[in-house]
Amino acid sequence: MGTATRADAVPVWHQRRVRIYDREAPLGYLLLVPTLFVLGIFLLYPFLFGIWLSITDSELGNLGKFIGLGNYRFELRNTDGVFYGAVINTFLYTGVTTVFKLGLGLVMALLLNQVFPFRRFVRAALLLPYIIPTVLSYEAWRWMFDPTFSVLNWLLVNIHLVHYPGPNWLGVPANAMAALMVVNVWRGTPFYAISFLAGMQVIPLDLYEAARVDGASRWQQFTNITLPLLRPVLLVVLLLSTILTFADFQGPFVLTNGAPYNSTQLLSIWAYQWGIPGGAIGLGAAISLVLFPLLTIVVAVVLFMLRRPE
Amino acid sequence: MAVQSTATSAQPGVIRPKARKPRSGRVIGDKFVGRAIRIYIPLLALLAVTLFPFYWMAVTSFKSASELFDFSVSPLWVREPTLAWYQHLFTQTNFPHWAFNTAVVAIVSTLISLFCSVLAGYSLARLRYRGADSIGWGIFVTYLVPPTLLFLPLTFVIRELHLFNNLWALILTYPTFLIPFCTWMLMGFFKGIPRELEEAALVDGATRIQAMLRIAIPLAVPGILAAALFAFTLSWNEFLYSLIFLNDSLVKTIPVGVTQELIHGDEFFWGELMAAALLGSVPVAVLYSFFVDHFVAGMTAGAVKG
Repeated sequence: MGTATRADAVPVWHQRRVRIYDREAPLGYLLLVPTLFVLGIFLLYPFLFGIWLSITDSELGNLGKFIGLGNYRFELRNTDGVFYGAVINTFLYTGVTTVFKLGLGLVMALLLNQVFPFRRFVRAALLLPYIIPTVLSYEAWRWMFDPTFSVLNWLLVNIHLVHYPGPNWLGVPANAMAALMVVNVWRGTPFYAISFLAGMQVIPLDLYEAARVDGASRWQQFTNITLPLLRPVLLVVLLLSTILTFADFQGPFVLTNGAPYNSTQLLSIWAYQWGIPGGAIGLGAAISLVLFPLLTIVVAVVLFMLRRPE
Repeated sequence: MAVQSTATSAQPGVIRPKARKPRSGRVIGDKFVGRAIRIYIPLLALLAVTLFPFYWMAVTSFKSASELFDFSVSPLWVREPTLAWYQHLFTQTNFPHWAFNTAVVAIVSTLISLFCSVLAGYSLARLRYRGADSIGWGIFVTYLVPPTLLFLPLTFVIRELHLFNNLWALILTYPTFLIPFCTWMLMGFFKGIPRELEEAALVDGATRIQAMLRIAIPLAVPGILAAALFAFTLSWNEFLYSLIFLNDSLVKTIPVGVTQELIHGDEFFWGELMAAALLGSVPVAVLYSFFVDHFVAGMTAGAVKG
């Protein structure tokens, strides 16, 4: 004991400091504290609290009693069928838009990967829908879909694609869903394109040169070099995009808010309508929690489809 | 085996320049017609579809009330441009307040998120300790938890903290979706900085914290800029939380104010609405025109290395 203190002639505070900074673990955890603090209070806690809310009859500003699976039973057995409609719509909305965003995103990325004048400007312009506040651009779309003064219909009538007065975009169930999907694809494609472009730019050019020497066509180069090497990016982008589309709220809320006749009702909107204007927070939480197992299924399917071919 | 592979890869290297000559230096250099069909026409079509809504937004905002609903002549041009809608927006509505609120919330929540995620990103990418990988995955997974799942329980949290109708409600909740994203992106950037630089500083007697502050973080500035850009845009765009936590007209943000207060019942003031939408889009659009390369760099780090 005595020899130990004599050997460490350096001041105790300094010695302790050296010891702490020498090993990486304490600093590592220390640096995580702010992040874990914020995420713990405003993400993990609400998530767990939400699970509890879904099994109570809580209302806005009033914690309710435990009612077991009553909220889930209410939704599943409700005869109006809006809940099942919302589940189907959510899958349809996610599936259809993802396919289009994927295809168009690939095309856009391939185009942006070429050499042409004003490349920087074109790239920035094509990125705009993804950057501009969703709610604001969706207001512009709503004005373009106006039942009587739709500029889209004016264009379609003038190039003789449809007869006057043209389709009522947001007022007819099938049209409204299609309109919702079109605008989502319009907004989401740039994200795919820019991520794919980032992935394409790190593919070594020698590979293409070698393929060209071997006489591969452009299509063969695309399927045998670009696509396989893009797989990791493809995976991440698809994962993020399917989840965000699956839980999409703001776009559909602004454009249709479930109307007409709940034909564009999505789970996110249905949860909001019960929870906030309807005041039944417990029920709303139950509906939004249904998203979670469904999300897991979607993620599993995406991962399965993109699994490494053995 | 090794000799053989170098031989085969070296051989085409000799022939390649000859084979490539007629194709010019570009990736694909063909005749103009081929390029037009393959590149220019699809690009122009994409540009037209992409930009038309913004064009329509701008054109509408400069039209007078009577011209707005006059489709007898082409609605694609403005005959008598007017700034009346803008004037009305600034004098008769709370739009200036909304713009100020949006900016405050976006800037402060971006700063908070950057502080947290720079530290967390460095820790997870650079320091070796038990659990680092699983915590990294955990933070990535939290990014996959959408606000749609959280907004209802969060109303109780915000009520407990007495933050309803208070901008702090947004400043504190936005980091929940900003931090995971920024951390994930910054981890990619920190991993790209050679370890040797920091190790050299440690050998020269710097502490671990000094090595982080003086070497790793300055080198990650492009990544931090990209993360800041993302965070700012995401908070500028956010809608759901601000829709629920703010009811008082004076504390609203642009997206909520525009959708709720410029529509009176069934009456749409499209001129004013589009003027507000345009003004609300300008800050992020300007930011991007300056930093589009950082944006792409951030995407590369996040998407390719993540």
